[in-house]
Amino acid sequence: MNQAEKEAYLRDYSILKNEGKPFFPYAVAKDGAMAVIVMVVIIVLSLMFGAELGPKADPTTTTYVPRPDWYFFFLFEVLRVMRNVPKFTPMATIGVPTICMILLFLLPFYDRSPERRIERRPIALAAGITTIAAMAYLTYSGANTGSPNSVDMAPPSSLSPAQAAVFRAGAQVVGESGCLACHVIGDNGNNGPGPVLTHIAATVPTAQIASTLRNPTPPMPSFKNLPPQKFSYLVQFLSDLQ
Amino acid sequence: MPKLPAPPLPKILQPKPKRPGEPSDAGALNPVEAGITVVDWLDERTALSPGLRWLMWRKVPRGINWAYTLGSATLFAFLNQAVTGVFLAMYYRPDVAGGAYESIRNINDNVFLGQFVHGMHKWGASVMIILIFLHMGRVFFYGAYKYPRELTWVIGVVLLILTLAMGFTGYLLPFDQRSYWATVVGVNINAGGPFIGPFLSDFLLGGADFGATTLSRFYAIHMLVIPGAMAALIGAHLYLVTKLGISAPPWIKPHADQDGDHALVEAEV
Ligand code: HEC
Ligand code: HEM
Repeated sequence: MNQAEKEAYLRDYSILKNEGKPFFPYAVAKDGAMAVIVMVVIIVLSLMFGAELGPKADPTTTTYVPRPDWYFFFLFEVLRVMRNVPKFTPMATIGVPTICMILLFLLPFYDRSPERRIERRPIALAAGITTIAAMAYLTYSGANTGSPNSVDMAPPSSLSPAQAAVFRAGAQVVGESGCLACHVIGDNGNNGPGPVLTHIAATVPTAQIASTLRNPTPPMPSFKNLPPQKFSYLVQFLSDLQ
Repeated sequence: MPKLPAPPLPKILQPKPKRPGEPSDAGALNPVEAGITVVDWLDERTALSPGLRWLMWRKVPRGINWAYTLGSATLFAFLNQAVTGVFLAMYYRPDVAGGAYESIRNINDNVFLGQFVHGMHKWGASVMIILIFLHMGRVFFYGAYKYPRELTWVIGVVLLILTLAMGFTGYLLPFDQRSYWATVVGVNINAGGPFIGPFLSDFLLGGADFGATTLSRFYAIHMLVIPGAMAALIGAHLYLVTKLGISAPPWIKPHADQDGDHALVEAEV
């Protein structure tokens, strides 16, 4: 905005302001009505959902997969996606949000056109909508990466219905046992410290998988104390991962 | 004492003039007058009323709509967090060895209305985040960050970052599995950042590892450092909003433009 445009804006604005109403009581009444709505919403949310407390923090468990509050889902989603390219992880999780924040911070200094109507600011409109869509998408997919403890995989089509049922039962045991804290299986789980298990059966024979589960190398915990039924589901599931 | 000019109140709120023949209340100290006397007394000493007039009886431009209430709604959510937070602080103990978790258990299970106030604080945080983003969206799409309101915007972005930081530090305090592990990951993300990353995570953890000081640090940051900074910045934000005036919706043009400009041109001719 050059000097003339600034002056034109200030002149128009002072006319508009003079044509307006006093803040008290007109704007205050609206703000007050809005405050009541906000209060009611908060009270209803509190009454409906309370403030539940999970199990006590236990730094020694390795099986708990962290979940942030919903407004950080987008960040966790970026982290989850970028995990698979370790070289870029710090850049993506710190760099991208930092750059976005700096862009947001400096907005009034690089967007200096006098035009304020959004339908005449195509770049701002596109950038705004893109940002909203990206945030909504990341939050949505962050929320739907499933309960982080569940394995979301269809049984291979070669299995008979009975075998497929065992496959699903095994997938559930994997979820309950927290393998995903250290292993990737398909699209699920954390990459590291354990190896990717998506095609484990292609390289490791079933008997060896079972013995690894009984006598693993640390830090992997031993699963020899699982109920035998669950243990066999687990081994069967892993040996189907061709 | 000099009398200040009457405020531009709407008709119904203005005092009605006395009808002839009605007894005048000069001399009598009726309740209303007593109130006025107290206000006058305070004002003589503090001279607050011009400031209050400046704040309350400034004009807002024509065309203001409901989207303009989002800022004050954010402020209201912030106040809700402050009040409910004070009550939680009365029972909370930042003790890693189990005290923190137990104190929250106690708030939820034993304290009168404890779970309700805790819930208001927890859900109030989400409501505030939603409102602050909506408010920012309003400002963005209305182009309200442009001259002369750049600084209001910059302060607003800092408020946004601080609000998110409140969410992050507060999440650890109940010290259940969820909060613990989310925070471990969060701090690790910080640690991976360039330049200040490792220092930031050292500062947050109060050492190289997640230890006894970590929780009290998060607590102090969550309930003293950031809220203090936010209160000051909100003050500056609102001062600027009042000083510069609320922007008018961009599609509203002054009435006076048509006849005013014309009149000017005609006068010159
Ligand atoms: C604390 C992290 C951790 C958890 C939890 C964990 N693992 Fe592991 N796992 C590892 C590590 C690390 C290795 C690699 C050990 C080695 O190199 O010998 C490994 C190795 C394995 C292997 C051998 C892979 C190979 O290529 O030989 C299998 C199979 C396996 N894990 C299955 C599981 C299953 C099934 C579960 C859940 C029931 C599980 N793991 C839980 C960390 C973990
Ligand atoms: C704690 C958070 C915040 C509070 C309490 C707050 C409060 C307010 C209030 C009460 C107004 C008056 C007008 C209105 O309600 O729309 C306002 C205006 C404004 N706010 Fe905020 N705000 C906050 C965060 C932000 C953020 C995150 C931004 C942008 C990044 C921002 C930018 C602005 C701007 C530019 C104005 C002037 C708008 C105009 O004149 O039309 N604010 N704020």
